[in-house]
Amino acid sequence: MTAFEVNGRKVDLEVDPRESLLAVLQDRLHLYGTKKGCDHGQCGACTVHLDGRRVVSCLTLASQVEGREVRTIEGVAGEDGTLHPLQRAFIDNDAMQCGYCTPGQIMSGLACIAEGHTGDDDEIREYMSGNLCRCGAYVGIVAAIRQVAGPAEA
Amino acid sequence: MTQTARGTGSDLGVGAGVPRPDGLLKVTGEFAYSSDLYLADMLWGATLRSPHPSAWIRAVDVGPALAMPGVHAVLTHEDVPGERFYGLEHKDQPVLAIDQVRYQGEPVAIVAADHPETARRAADAIVVTYEPREAVTDPRRALFDPGCPKVGPEGNLVRHQPVRVGTVPPTAEVVVTGEYEVGMQDQAFLGPESGLAVPAEDGGVELFVATQWLHVDQDQIAPCLGLPKDKVRLALAGVGGAFGAREDLSMQVHACMLALRTGRPVKFVYGREESFFGHVHRHPARMRYEHGATREGRLVYVKAEIVLDGGAYRSSSPAVVGNAASLGVGPYEVDNIHIDAYGAYTNNPPCGAMRGFGAVQACYAYESQMDRLAEACGLDPVEIRVRNAVSQGSRMATGQVIDSPAPLAGMLRELAAMPLPGSSCSPDLRALPGGVAQTTHGEGVRRGVGYGVGIKNICFSEGFDDYSTARVRVELLGDEPHILVHTAAAEVGQGLVTVQAQIARTELAELADLGAARVTVAPADTSVGSAGSSSASRQSYVTGGAVRAACVAVRERLAALRAEHPGLGPAELLRAHGPVEETREYRHRPTHPMDPLTGQGDSHVQLALCVHRAVVDVDVDLGLVKVVELAAVQDVGKILNPPALEGQIHGGSAQGLGLALMEEIQVRDGRVLNPSFTDYLIPTILDMPPMRLSILENPDPAAPYGLRGAGEPPTLSSTPAIAAAVRAASGLALPRVPIRPQDIALAPAAPAR
Amino acid sequence: MDFLRPATWAEALAAKAADPTAVPIQGGTDVMVEINFDVRRPPALLDLTAIGELGDWELTADGLLRVGAGVPYARIITELGDRLPGLAQASRTVGSPQIRNRGTVGGNLGAASPAGDAHPPLLACDAVIEAESAARGTRMIPATGFYLGVKRNALEPDELIRAVHLRPATGPQYFSKVGTRNAMVIAVCSFALALHPGERRLGAAVGSAAPTPLRARAAEEFAAREFDWSGATALDPALLARFGELAAEAASPIDDVRGTAAYRRHAIAVLARRTLTWAWNDYRGKAAA
Repeated sequence: MTAFEVNGRKVDLEVDPRESLLAVLQDRLHLYGTKKGCDHGQCGACTVHLDGRRVVSCLTLASQVEGREVRTIEGVAGEDGTLHPLQRAFIDNDAMQCGYCTPGQIMSGLACIAEGHTGDDDEIREYMSGNLCRCGAYVGIVAAIRQVAGPAEA
Repeated sequence: MTQTARGTGSDLGVGAGVPRPDGLLKVTGEFAYSSDLYLADMLWGATLRSPHPSAWIRAVDVGPALAMPGVHAVLTHEDVPGERFYGLEHKDQPVLAIDQVRYQGEPVAIVAADHPETARRAADAIVVTYEPREAVTDPRRALFDPGCPKVGPEGNLVRHQPVRVGTVPPTAEVVVTGEYEVGMQDQAFLGPESGLAVPAEDGGVELFVATQWLHVDQDQIAPCLGLPKDKVRLALAGVGGAFGAREDLSMQVHACMLALRTGRPVKFVYGREESFFGHVHRHPARMRYEHGATREGRLVYVKAEIVLDGGAYRSSSPAVVGNAASLGVGPYEVDNIHIDAYGAYTNNPPCGAMRGFGAVQACYAYESQMDRLAEACGLDPVEIRVRNAVSQGSRMATGQVIDSPAPLAGMLRELAAMPLPGSSCSPDLRALPGGVAQTTHGEGVRRGVGYGVGIKNICFSEGFDDYSTARVRVELLGDEPHILVHTAAAEVGQGLVTVQAQIARTELAELADLGAARVTVAPADTSVGSAGSSSASRQSYVTGGAVRAACVAVRERLAALRAEHPGLGPAELLRAHGPVEETREYRHRPTHPMDPLTGQGDSHVQLALCVHRAVVDVDVDLGLVKVVELAAVQDVGKILNPPALEGQIHGGSAQGLGLALMEEIQVRDGRVLNPSFTDYLIPTILDMPPMRLSILENPDPAAPYGLRGAGEPPTLSSTPAIAAAVRAASGLALPRVPIRPQDIALAPAAPAR
Repeated sequence: MDFLRPATWAEALAAKAADPTAVPIQGGTDVMVEINFDVRRPPALLDLTAIGELGDWELTADGLLRVGAGVPYARIITELGDRLPGLAQASRTVGSPQIRNRGTVGGNLGAASPAGDAHPPLLACDAVIEAESAARGTRMIPATGFYLGVKRNALEPDELIRAVHLRPATGPQYFSKVGTRNAMVIAVCSFALALHPGERRLGAAVGSAAPTPLRARAAEEFAAREFDWSGATALDPALLARFGELAAEAASPIDDVRGTAAYRRHAIAVLARRTLTWAWNDYRGKAAA
């Protein structure tokens, strides 16, 4: 059995040794907010936080998260449904179209802000470059992260 | 997904920056994409695909797959209940390969099993005996070599569309020629093909799927299942991007066949690699152009041969050829035109719809030619375009007169007058070509500026009966008037759900202004009439028109009721009378086929212009490019929703950037070499520059609200603008996109021009 | 398939000895790609992430940095960027921020992909790989002798990578990598350079342009022989050009989907000239100061 926490809830599961964290989130826990885009760690749609750091869940072995804390997009808004300011900012800046990459963008954006990589817009771009958006909503994504991170450093 | 928002007419109506109602679900991860659907008793589908681009099938043994525990069904072409072929315009594509395969990745057999991995393993266990044969992979040879094996049913020609205008003189004062090539681009939506088919009690099936056009799916699926259309009911599941790739069927018939056979729900989700084989791509093109002009740079003639590789099946190739031909000289006035556009069958991957649809390829070539002509005439690239620009009243290559504003010259002047970004003496690696991979600290970096102009037909052309249907219902829910808008139009991220609600608020403002009106856009499904495709930049126009028409009809009914019951307010009227519901079809003005010999005819509904300026820094030693800024001017007639519109221009520009600099499905001998996001590269956020936009609103009187379709034009003009900027920086001819690093770094020392 | 999760290094070595086919997994960013695509179905996975000391680095008594096999790239950038600038620069180009939080130099060495970004700086900096087995104890393998072929390294079946040993930079170091996109891209080719002024020589290494990453020996020898290591003079353009040529000659690239052999050779010469120029300017600046 593999025991870990997802969004503050304890989970105890029998997982296949080859199963990715992404597969467990989707197929076992029915947390479909984390998206599968490439199976390769090359699109970022499956980004989640593991012990507070962003990782791609498609390349994270489920068995390896034993005893650790996983946070997914479903754990970002408040219990009462209050949006996190970054979620709000994505809506305000229309930082999405189809929205398939959006959960990964938000998980990555939260980490980008927490890591302090928001000094200027190019720094945001460098540290958001692991999340593809095929609709090309990049302009809005930078603006949304900027809105939450505060003004750029001079 | 029901989308509801509240508010009054004026601040949430047409023209307002209303936030997308699906945004809340999308930022919380609750928006249900087709890949997220789940039923407790569902089975998983998998597809066995051909490893060969061309082969006879001598035998198929499904025994080993059927014997595997957990496998519920293994089906081949023999199990197709109805017609064995489907297709958008022409039914030439087998549901499952019969006696032969014509491209690598063609579906041969399908499996349903209780676990996705079991299904995949069972598919791999099917034994197919192939007899490989020569693959036809050169489209020119396919078309012009009589000895070439035949791929298509009647040969290798999908369509030849000539355009003949005036008399092309043997020469002109200034003549420039060029051969151009466009690689095979992939739509690369992030949410791969997926859907869930559920068998119904009436012997039919319900399919929840991500698609661009529910009814054309239904029209193709039902005959293959041998069912009447009313027993094949489709509902739109969340769509993870489309860009043309969901116009053709992928897993639809397969999922339904397996669901009907097993009596269980069946879900398909393609992986990324399979997705590269699961949908059509943008046609690769080889183009020869000759432009003749006066010394002053006025075009005298254009000759062109455009060869589009359609791959193994027809898909929408005929319409793509039509666009390439009718838009083949671009938005320029030319008296003498001689174009031959061809679509070819080959054993390469099938090609069909992708944003820009035939116009993208031609645009890259004719804009490259305009730059060559400018140089030959000693003119500025903006000036040569201004001198030849169409305007309202101009004739297109087809003879069609542009009958709504087309202020191209003014758009170009405005673009050229926009301030240029500062030079890159920044020490920051992120501002340099190569980024933090640190290939330069400024060495070899040269700045270039380039311009591109695109013209795109909006809506379906060439006589297609193109319409949409909307049902609008007003009723009291509780004590509040409530507006329900129902269409089958596919929201693929473009913001159509937002716009439908905005139109309802504007048209039914008398209800909305009561301050209580709720507008709900019902989930799209086939219980209402067809909305047509979410393609050709047409939904705001056609479905927008249908929603408006239905709202107007409801408004008129309410007015009549009010006349009968003077003194009653809207709520009281509804209470007294009950719900008011109207359904309307909306058709844009009719179009006409192109003459098969001359290409003449009023084939298009509406034409839309976009112009781009690209500023790039090129490391000419390594061939790496940083796009510093993109600026665009687009005339959209009427802005329905500013942020959604800007998003379309950003997104179209990003995909054009990808085609210019990095995106190509590499095919060798009919085989795809790079079916992954490791090697098929699409722009990251660091590749996409800031954009400067100017959006014009010169209304088209024929269109609802005067709007002009907006999603595709920026995809056209960004590619040649970036290519031109790279040429300006490098001094190289660069007759091919995507421009690869070696094309710059290893170019012969003396530039080709 | 078995999943083994030893809590200590000794247990890990015992497990590897008991089942030499077990595939060690650290952040998983290489191994998982192969598992997801079914390229590989290892009989057992040996998860090393529970072994705390693999995630540590230390300065050893002989002045070397001993970087545990489990230190992720993100920490190499933030914690060791000043002392291992070449490796840190390479780390900054690995995959994405998400990958850099999981991926490790140990994993890069274990996979031994010719395109691995960490290899060229390890070679240029004379890194030594500390391998260990339960049966034979510790073995120190110079990076130069570590890469044997495409995805093949010098580890014995019962050995695991414990750490990498590197001398803190004694001179300027640069890493440079060509990709067809400005972020999140696999190397078309790469080049690392490390000046060792105390020894009047430099290390130079090429990535993604041969079946294995490799040192550009002839270029290194040329530099040791021909350059004015007093740091008094700028490099003659002819020396730079020759250095670039020799670096390119070290490669034996192929044509593939990411680029052509001819382009790779050309690009390596450019990268070699540029990195050398940057490093030499830094060195002269320091020598003058």
